[in-house]
Amino acid sequence: MALKRILMSLALASAPFVAPASAAQLTVGFSQIGSESGWRAAETTVSKSEASKRTVNLKIADAQQKQENQIKAIRSFVAQGVDAIFLAPVVSTGWDAVLKEAKQAKIPVILLDRDIDPSGKDLYLTAVTSDSVHEGEVAGDWLAKTVGDKACNIVELQGTVGASVATNRKKGFDTAIAKHANLKVVRSQTGDFTRAKGKEVMESFIKAEGGGKSICAVYAHNDDMMVGAIQAMKEAGLKPGKDILTVSIDAVPDIFKAMVAGEANATVELTPNMAGPALDALIAYKDKGTTPPKWIQTESKLYTSADNPQQAYDSKKGLGY
Amino acid sequence: MALALPRRGLAQIAALIVILLIDRMVSPQFFDLRLQDGRLFGSLIDVLNRGAPVALLALGMVLVIATRGIDLSVGAVMAISGAIAASLADSHAWPVAVAAALGAGLLCGLWNGFLVAILGIQPIVATLILMVAGRGIAQLITEGRIVTFTSPDIIWFGTGSLLGMPAPVVIVVGMLIVTGLVVRGSALGLLIEAAGGNARASELSGVGIRTMVVSVYVWCSLCAALAGIIAAADIMGADANNAGLWLELDAILAVVIGGTSLFGGRFSLVLAVCGALIIQAMNTGILLSGYPPEFNLVVKAAVVLVVLLLQSPRLSDLVANYRKARA
Amino acid sequence: MQETAEARQPLLDVRGLSKSFAALRALDQVDFTLRAGEIHALLGENGAGKSTLIKVITGVLARDAGTVSLDGKEIVPRSAKEALTAGIATVYQEVNLLPNLSVAQNLYLGRQPTRFGIVRDGEMKRRAAELLAGYDLHIDVAAPLGSYSVAIQHVVAIARAVDLSARVLILDEPTASLDRHEVEMLFRTMRGLAARGIGIVFVTHFLDQVYEISDRITVLRNGRLIGERMTSALPRLDLIHMMLGRELSETTEERAVHEKSAAAPCASFTNFGKRGYIAPFDLELRHGEVVGLAGLLGSGRTETARLVFGAERADSGTASVEGKPIRLHSPRDAVQHGFGYCPEERKTDGIVAELTVRENIVLALQAKRGIAKPLSRREQDEIAARFIKLLDIRPPDPERPIGLLSGGNQQKALLARWLATEPRLLVLDEPTRGIDVGAHAEIIRLIRELCERGLALLVISSELDEIVAYSDRVVVLRDRAHVGALDEHAIGVPSILAAIAADDAARIAEEA
Repeated sequence: MALKRILMSLALASAPFVAPASAAQLTVGFSQIGSESGWRAAETTVSKSEASKRTVNLKIADAQQKQENQIKAIRSFVAQGVDAIFLAPVVSTGWDAVLKEAKQAKIPVILLDRDIDPSGKDLYLTAVTSDSVHEGEVAGDWLAKTVGDKACNIVELQGTVGASVATNRKKGFDTAIAKHANLKVVRSQTGDFTRAKGKEVMESFIKAEGGGKSICAVYAHNDDMMVGAIQAMKEAGLKPGKDILTVSIDAVPDIFKAMVAGEANATVELTPNMAGPALDALIAYKDKGTTPPKWIQTESKLYTSADNPQQAYDSKKGLGY
Repeated sequence: MALALPRRGLAQIAALIVILLIDRMVSPQFFDLRLQDGRLFGSLIDVLNRGAPVALLALGMVLVIATRGIDLSVGAVMAISGAIAASLADSHAWPVAVAAALGAGLLCGLWNGFLVAILGIQPIVATLILMVAGRGIAQLITEGRIVTFTSPDIIWFGTGSLLGMPAPVVIVVGMLIVTGLVVRGSALGLLIEAAGGNARASELSGVGIRTMVVSVYVWCSLCAALAGIIAAADIMGADANNAGLWLELDAILAVVIGGTSLFGGRFSLVLAVCGALIIQAMNTGILLSGYPPEFNLVVKAAVVLVVLLLQSPRLSDLVANYRKARA
Repeated sequence: MQETAEARQPLLDVRGLSKSFAALRALDQVDFTLRAGEIHALLGENGAGKSTLIKVITGVLARDAGTVSLDGKEIVPRSAKEALTAGIATVYQEVNLLPNLSVAQNLYLGRQPTRFGIVRDGEMKRRAAELLAGYDLHIDVAAPLGSYSVAIQHVVAIARAVDLSARVLILDEPTASLDRHEVEMLFRTMRGLAARGIGIVFVTHFLDQVYEISDRITVLRNGRLIGERMTSALPRLDLIHMMLGRELSETTEERAVHEKSAAAPCASFTNFGKRGYIAPFDLELRHGEVVGLAGLLGSGRTETARLVFGAERADSGTASVEGKPIRLHSPRDAVQHGFGYCPEERKTDGIVAELTVRENIVLALQAKRGIAKPLSRREQDEIAARFIKLLDIRPPDPERPIGLLSGGNQQKALLARWLATEPRLLVLDEPTRGIDVGAHAEIIRLIRELCERGLALLVISSELDEIVAYSDRVVVLRDRAHVGALDEHAIGVPSILAAIAADDAARIAEEA
């Protein structure tokens, strides 16, 4: 009996050394914005799995879209003495004071998904974000390549007016097609990033463009609007994906479903995996003292119906989109 | 008789016609209609179809406003009902899903009515609670995702058709008739107008104000729940973050354009629906026009201002005086 | 007095003033002359044009034609503020000062004495006290205005207006909600101001007060000037003739004693009361009997009525109808038991202004029947037509919004609202308040008729003559308690006064 107990406690005590950790196990506090969209929920899920892959202890605080909650969360992480803080900032300003507190406590901060405007760039270690101008370019390049030399009238479903993502994705797309005289955006309206508005706006585009016959392609700033637009095309008796080409951004599961059905052509991924590159940079920084670049750009991967959309759908659908 | 147009509706009807004519100017094919899969298809139908959710909200809202109240929670109730209908659509028979969604609307209405009529909280504050909390509840139901479904019976509510008309339009017409019968076929309409016009006098005349106020909030939430089912069915999914977002304001605007005062009293169901169509005719016109989206809100505000000015009694006095002075 | 006033230069001279609202000619070529130092009563039935005249003179309404001169200089004020600057101040029945500010703050609102931009509170209080002392009013000027009686609020409003260099003071129904003592106080103030050379226009319905205080009378009827007379040279009957345009015996009613004590009890209340509202009382109301409630303002008359009607919930005692105990928690209960109530505040508690006469008439009946049993439009039309004819409601248009009717016709429509429910008990709170002489007599005639038909009536009135005229029994109240009852043989103005206040009664009786 006594021997057994001793053996057991030995086994328990040695357990940490069994894990393939680089050094001591890292604890990271992650101040997440909230769960305002499916993508955000997926980011949270992926962050958890990326952390457990690297046996990092990730503590997530949901700020429910409020900066004050994020500031509170960061202060509490500092008080707990975590090894690093991940921050997905809800706004770009007002972080100086709390980031200085983290700096004084010598806790590195890594920004995820969005950048901020601090007084000094030394307040954070690095920012892992995607380049939304580049996303637009990838979408535009795909369309230009697919259409070739044919004349093509494009209709565009913009994101919310004034949102930086919408402005950037428009800019990138415009830059890409500017090189091709045969591509022209004939109509552009906002669909507020939602399915319902995407559908409504697409309905009016179809009416305004002679029942949709003169439309060659739709570009939507996100997949949700495209899902709505695909319904609008189907209800108008058009065949999305064949009569009208579609390209959108985000790569949410439902767009892959549409691709499987042959109703969507392409999407550019906004990866929910921001934590993975951030953790790699952090571990390198802790172990080897490698200072990462100030900006780590995530890959904007293009998916088309040739890229096994069923598999993409299966891998994505469990992430919480 | 129940749905007879009051004499004072001329300004609204005229405004609707003028906006439709302007739509025709910006989009020459505006009045074109064709049959597509047994369903009428055209911009005019879009106005009716897209205006349906706000028209439904306005049908309920006009009664609440007539009692001198207001219901800010209708957008959130849409989100809740849509979320429930979507969650149950594929696992249960459609009557179950619809009944559950409407039942949720009923509860929301009872809650609002309880706060306003029994606890005496100001309507704008009382319904603000559900406006904020309701969207949260909807997000809990959908777990923050867009819950999609494929049940053709539920989808019918958004994209189906009856006799060539889109289902939402048929539902609005049906609800307009039902509400009209309930309100004008019973004494409810008179008592609502009396209570809205002078609550103290009505109470001293023996009108049971509490029951009446609770019932109008319930009716308003039921209309919102129905609008929520339509909105979810339209996109074959429940988007708790965006379904019905800010639509309470459009509904209030529709009621006001329909000539019902925010101070309660006289109301018109038909004109409230007309107000919703005015708003939608304008939205559709903007979409068809091809103007950059940055102008949407400015154009909308300007048109609303003109419509409201047309109704202003003081403005018509001023015009009359000016004419007299010229004569 | 007559000679001197006649000799004076007109202070305010109105010539040929006209004003129309759509097709209605509210003022038609009206002349009006006010001399310095006189108190000039402006009289007329409801709808005669008194309010319109005042509003046009003070710039609240724009005139269509005519001139207004002050001290021989023509003025065209475009708002009440401009009129005030010119020297014409108006004090309405509803004092429009701020009840939650102190008396001193109200007096100096917008023109506080300051030093280096800081309000000199002490200086303001000292000046306010001084100013009010000139009106023989010695009150704490730091207390909120709302804590004082309506009469004091009126004097404060007048003091403010006069202090803003007013030469002409217009008082619109200032005595409507005042009791006798307060009226006296107001009259002292008015006399004092007249002696200082200020011209006062006095609008009222109380003819006694006209004879008590005014020097001169101008009568309007249907928007036209009927005449201007010296008060001392105008017999009361002639005045009524001018106002009504028809012969009418004075409204002092002869009392007819009926034997009704044997009649069956209709509703009775035992030990009925509410703490802090009205002391428990016993009250029995019989079929075909009019019970008058007499007492000073605030003595508990309206409180009794509201308790009897369930508008306030009693916390002691029981109510019964035809001998059976009933629940009486709300007006709804009361209506179900066949009670009706015409409240004192017609505008806020009685009419639904934007609804039509028809809708207002059927409201209580519809509420009694319930939502599920609507009156058809035909039934509504029939009921409205019947009562419009029966009560002679004018104009006889059932589809006119009731807010556009005169006070007397609104009151008749409210009576119709209750008569349509065929009530057993009707509670009338000041049924003749603010109603012109003609309608007044008609309403009293109606009360008697209803009583003949077996209705039980509980009537509140400040006009003791009126109470004496129609009551079979009078309950007297004082300090929120029922303090006495007079049976039909004992009813008379002196006996009621004696009962109202043992100490005050003698003096008031002497005055009366």
